[in-house]
Amino acid sequence: MGSKSALRTWLLALLPLVLLAALLVAIVKLDPASALGGDAPPVEELEFERVVLEPGRILLTVINDGPDPVHIAQVMVDEAYWQFTQEQAGELAHLDRARLVVPYPWVEGEAHEVVLVTATGMTFAHEIAVALETPRPSGQAFLLFALIGIYVGVLPVTLGLLWYPLIRNLGRSGLDFVLSLTVALLVFLFVDTAEDALEAAGALAESFQGVTLFSVVAILAYLGIEALGKRLETGKGALSAAWVTALLVAIGIGLHNFGEGLAIGAAFSLGELTLGTLLILGFTLHNTTEGLAIVSPLAKERVSLGRLAWLGFIAGAPTIAGAWVGGFVYSPVWSVVFLAIGAGAIAQVVVQITRGTAGDRRLGELITSRSVFLGLLAGFGVMYLTGMLVG
Amino acid sequence: MSDFDELKADLGSNGNSRKRGISRRGLLQAAGLTSATAGVATLSSHPALAGQGKGSLMTEHFDPHAMGAVGRVDTSVFDPTVFLRSWNFSHLPDAERQRFYRESPQADGSRLREYEIFAVDREIEIAPGVFFPAWSYNGQVPGPTLRATEGDRVRIRFVNQGTHPHTMHFHGWHPPEMDGSLMEHQVLPDQEFIYEFDAEPFGVHLYHCHSVPLKRHIHKGLYGAFIVDPKEARESADELVMLMNGFDTNFDGDNEVYAINTVAFHHIHAPIKVKIGELVRMYVINVTEFDPVNSLHLHGMFFDVFRTGTRRESYETADTVMMCQGERTILETRFRYPGLFMFHAHQSEFAELGWMGFFTAVEG
Repeated sequence: MGSKSALRTWLLALLPLVLLAALLVAIVKLDPASALGGDAPPVEELEFERVVLEPGRILLTVINDGPDPVHIAQVMVDEAYWQFTQEQAGELAHLDRARLVVPYPWVEGEAHEVVLVTATGMTFAHEIAVALETPRPSGQAFLLFALIGIYVGVLPVTLGLLWYPLIRNLGRSGLDFVLSLTVALLVFLFVDTAEDALEAAGALAESFQGVTLFSVVAILAYLGIEALGKRLETGKGALSAAWVTALLVAIGIGLHNFGEGLAIGAAFSLGELTLGTLLILGFTLHNTTEGLAIVSPLAKERVSLGRLAWLGFIAGAPTIAGAWVGGFVYSPVWSVVFLAIGAGAIAQVVVQITRGTAGDRRLGELITSRSVFLGLLAGFGVMYLTGMLVG
Repeated sequence: MSDFDELKADLGSNGNSRKRGISRRGLLQAAGLTSATAGVATLSSHPALAGQGKGSLMTEHFDPHAMGAVGRVDTSVFDPTVFLRSWNFSHLPDAERQRFYRESPQADGSRLREYEIFAVDREIEIAPGVFFPAWSYNGQVPGPTLRATEGDRVRIRFVNQGTHPHTMHFHGWHPPEMDGSLMEHQVLPDQEFIYEFDAEPFGVHLYHCHSVPLKRHIHKGLYGAFIVDPKEARESADELVMLMNGFDTNFDGDNEVYAINTVAFHHIHAPIKVKIGELVRMYVINVTEFDPVNSLHLHGMFFDVFRTGTRRESYETADTVMMCQGERTILETRFRYPGLFMFHAHQSEFAELGWMGFFTAVEG
């Protein structure tokens, strides 16, 4: 294509955009909406994004999720008007955020309700189910969240990796069983992650279109992991197919665990979760299977202990990072994004392992084999039952 | 600067606070702090109980003035302090007052009192920065206080300038056609009606719109005081009109703002000035919607209660009086000591949602 025709392509691409810009200007200038009832009362929408409890005060971050400007006139806590300060006082335009500081003597372990009253008298309520001081990024809090991450992610995954010698000694049907078990638990994790993501998406300000955001990011993550796999198999210093699969599984599980850490950190700092023995026990059992999933593609590979440890690190350590992010800088939008990445990555890994397991067999033949069926059954069963422990 | 703010400023130096006889602690309680919060602060400093102080109220962010609304309502449109002591449009200059109120003697020695009342939609500020789409009598909530002497003839020309049918329904003796309640009594927008009856019996009464839906027409602001004095006048006193009202700003059937005379927390910033030893008479009317009961509690004082004001004898001496929707009462008292006296609904919720204020008693 010559430079002349390139220019032409650009012009053809830009022409509708220029016309669109002109149309937008005309809409703003002529205001055709005013003819359709310009006197209608404003549509006010406020969404609570983050609520932080500090000793003797409550910090609120809210976003204007409606089309019209909103003026926060008063703050009510537990049915009492309360003093507050708003950083950058004044009206909030569409998608503007306000940070409010309310000096309120909240009571640990009890419930409180914060209500924002706008200039038109509309009210927006947020319930603090259990008032607990929000962890601040101190050395101790970092350590606490790291510990949570280690319990929930690193330890169980590492334990699961110890099945590697067993995998090495399995025959064909044994391997089929383990690999289909792996697929089953990955499918379970996918559903689990997607459910968390959709829940977070539902709580998002509507302007961020949570479900759409989740879907798009998940698809992009799927394609991204797919491309990464191709690159690792063909690029310089190419890895064997089995290695690539194991690595992708580790990455997928790592991304999932980041999302899991995020959810746990956020819930913990919101006082919605107390890390009891039963819960730690549950997560340990639940996540040990993840280690198995990583080593199951490596049956025909010789793997050094160091490399095995790397895989464990890739899959487990993100839980710690997730817990930090969730606990300290929780943001509903980023939660949806991270959980979507996790879901997309896991979906790709499911496909990757299924391809690998099938080898030159047809899929129909594969799924009707007894060991595969039993593997899937065992995988779902184990995940479902241990899932009950973490509720 | 209001009296209260002045007082706060004065208390900055100890000398002044001693002179006024108010300790800092006393002011904290006066400022509407619940005793619980002050209690927690004290508890946690007590070594034996420190471990039990599970509250979050640490000294880090302790703010003794945290309760209440932020900002002030613009009182240039409607000033509750003026409303307190106004009746028959006495707050207006004579020429303007003539437009709304005229009185003339009748043959039997009583008077004919004529009023011009109109219903109009108007947005009013009920708490700082919170605006309510009210329906009002003469552009104010509560409506103008009407006051007559027992036996006077009352004639009201009522014009509906609003967007919905409205009426004026009076509590008092009157024939059924003056009741403003039935289908045929409805005054449609741009129409008018003349209410005429004798003012009876003496007491503290009210008027309100009786169009349906009732709850909406009343809580949107269509109510006012109707005071009938006995023929033999009551002892002269500093008289105050107080309507306990509430506003459901988001129309969910529950009030977001409570007050006396509409403006939340108004008398916190502008305490009602009274003279020590002088008789103070309060005409209290409960026009709160949605909550069956409201109440008035006065700190450090007792008052004589004249239920509905229809008997000359007090039937009770109390410091708290409970009133159902539509119930009225006259309270009489004399302030003994100088300083701030809080008064509020003893439903703590109402108090903290705006229905609280101060009297400030000064030497006469």
